Amino acid sequence: MAYTEEELKKELETKEYEYGFYTDIESDTFPKGLNEEVIIALSKKKEEPDWMTQWRLEAYRGWKEMIEPEWANIHYKKPDFQDISYYSAPNKKPKYNSLDEVDPELLNTFKRLGISIDEQKKLAGVAVDIVMDSVSVATTFKKTLAEKGIIFCSISEAIQEHPELVKKYIGTVVPPKDNFYAALNSAVFSDGSFCYIPKGVKCPMELSTYFRINQAGTGQFERTLVIADEGSYVSYLEGCTAPSRDENQLHAAVVELIALDDAEIKYSTVQNWFPGDKEGKGGVYNFVTKRGLCERNAKISWTQVETGSAITWKYPSCILKGDNSIGEFYSIAVTNNFQQADTGTKMIHLGKNTRSTIISKGISAGKSQNSYRGLVQVNSRAENARNFSQCDSLLMGNECGAHTFPYIEAKNKTAQIEHEATTSKIGEDQIFYCNQRGIDTEKAIALIVNGFSKEVLNKLPMEFAVEAQKLLEISLEGSVG
Amino acid sequence: MLKIKNLHAGVEGKKILKGVNLEVNPGEIHAIMGPNGSGKSTLASVIAGKEDFEISKGSVVFEGEDLEEVAPEERAHKGIFLSFQYPVEIPGVTVTNFMKTAINESRKARGLEDMPANEMLKRIREKSELLDIDRKFLSRSLNEGFSGGEKKRNEIFQMAMLEPKLAILDETDSGLDIDALRIVANGVNKLRNKDNAVIVITHYQRLLEYIIPDFVHVIHDGKIVKSGTKELALELEEKGYDWIKKEPVA
Repeated sequence: MAYTEEELKKELETKEYEYGFYTDIESDTFPKGLNEEVIIALSKKKEEPDWMTQWRLEAYRGWKEMIEPEWANIHYKKPDFQDISYYSAPNKKPKYNSLDEVDPELLNTFKRLGISIDEQKKLAGVAVDIVMDSVSVATTFKKTLAEKGIIFCSISEAIQEHPELVKKYIGTVVPPKDNFYAALNSAVFSDGSFCYIPKGVKCPMELSTYFRINQAGTGQFERTLVIADEGSYVSYLEGCTAPSRDENQLHAAVVELIALDDAEIKYSTVQNWFPGDKEGKGGVYNFVTKRGLCERNAKISWTQVETGSAITWKYPSCILKGDNSIGEFYSIAVTNNFQQADTGTKMIHLGKNTRSTIISKGISAGKSQNSYRGLVQVNSRAENARNFSQCDSLLMGNECGAHTFPYIEAKNKTAQIEHEATTSKIGEDQIFYCNQRGIDTEKAIALIVNGFSKEVLNKLPMEFAVEAQKLLEISLEGSVG
Repeated sequence: MLKIKNLHAGVEGKKILKGVNLEVNPGEIHAIMGPNGSGKSTLASVIAGKEDFEISKGSVVFEGEDLEEVAPEERAHKGIFLSFQYPVEIPGVTVTNFMKTAINESRKARGLEDMPANEMLKRIREKSELLDIDRKFLSRSLNEGFSGGEKKRNEIFQMAMLEPKLAILDETDSGLDIDALRIVANGVNKLRNKDNAVIVITHYQRLLEYIIPDFVHVIHDGKIVKSGTKELALELEEKGYDWIKKEPVA
């Protein structure tokens, strides 16, 4: 039997993996570096089916051919992808034995956000030795969800338990070779969430609110897949208002939303990763690909509050494929000190009578740079497509920057596209006015910023909105005066 | 209540106030009149503590305390209120929310809990009725898209809500038509009592027909050049400011 060149190569690779790499699989963390063996090992470690392994490898091969994009208005030292470990065991030992050992500044922030002691422990990585109420709460809710046929679990679990759904939808909205970071994520994603809402079911609760504790400590390469079947509805909350002191510098997540005919997905995010210190040292690089697909009469609504990360590169988008489908994007992006954010959205109108709304609020303070980048594209077959975009920037001080990069491509004469943009500065007069009414400068800024962001804050689920307001306040602390 | 002694103040090196003396007691209404650029608004800003202004000489003492080192918000907590000549807009912040924040910040400074919601509502209802303010108005963004008259009425509403000891009305009459002027003046009169005091800064005598001052002071070139009772305002109206300018400075 004659080996082809390819087969021979494959065989050798497998052998090398079996004998050269095998022992490392037993350890909790992979050695640094990325190649096909690492991906195979990762997939094996997670006991994934072969199609998944192949899918990852395919993505990796695509990624190898790609170049890290440079078009964004951000400046940073490119990460060394061979200097990262692509697998760590999920059950890390607690970092601290009691709350007394945790950075008091972090605890203070938790307190101001109104986070319970148990949650504080969990978030700060303290060993929790008592049974938390929320665990039983979570169990109760899981039962309720199961009764309605809703699947809500980790993506790893979904690959095992519901391979037909994962196989059918993963990579359909964000193809594995979509972009540099999405390809990397597709190759090495560690874990993430999976959600399926059956036909006609309205999910009775905000998903993930009650699971916040369990959701803490998300991975570096997170993968989320949400499928809303025909006529269903779900509101999904991602992230957490508590600051995440993650040691991983690079984060490249992928989120795919699929709203089938007449379905609606509301996806809210609060991102509060470590932004780096006041001198601009450290901080998370956040390169995310988020995209949703709307079938006929479907609606996807993205709401995001971005206050963390040193670098944010993120454009939650909607592909309005079905007729009469609706896409919405509501965003608040705050940058302070040396943070850089290049964020916005893409609204791709393919179907007839599709509508999209974009409301973006950028707040820059310190020496930060805040850019809005948005694309509104109307396809030639998209009769009567409508878009309204509003991009407002608020500047604090003289050393920060706000930039707006709107791209509009209309290939159908019936399209109606509106774009409004404003830039304003928090004036000394506004602050003095508040001072004169007994409101100190810090509080005055919070008040002005909350007023500025109100249209977006109003889109957040109630309890999240309250926390987000406090978060804005904390993020901008000390930015004036 | 308020004692201003030999006050010299300016902005960016430019001297504006050149030795102002003024004493205001509880229950009194003082009118300060003067031509444009005479230092009327500067005096108001200095009392309120606007940081752009520097005091080079003299003092402002409120209830026995020298205000020089007191931050503007603390002055507000102590009961000093300024009705602005040009109230600023704060988009997205409703009048109600703004007032709630202001009242609770002042309470916090005094070591009190937030005002209970029902008490807040009661006060809002009372004061808006007093000033003939439509409740819908209170849910609008602060001063955003307000007419000149609405802005001034909103200032007086805030004054009513905050119940200051000393209120300074900086050209509250400018931009008001006669009806709005009456409403504003009525409001001020209704809020008057033996424990609080009002300083009315105005260009014209018109407002003083509705808010009757106990004392009238004429300011010119950074100094109070003439003081008297309400008759002085009438005399000034008749003779014009040239009359003051021509008088040898005392």
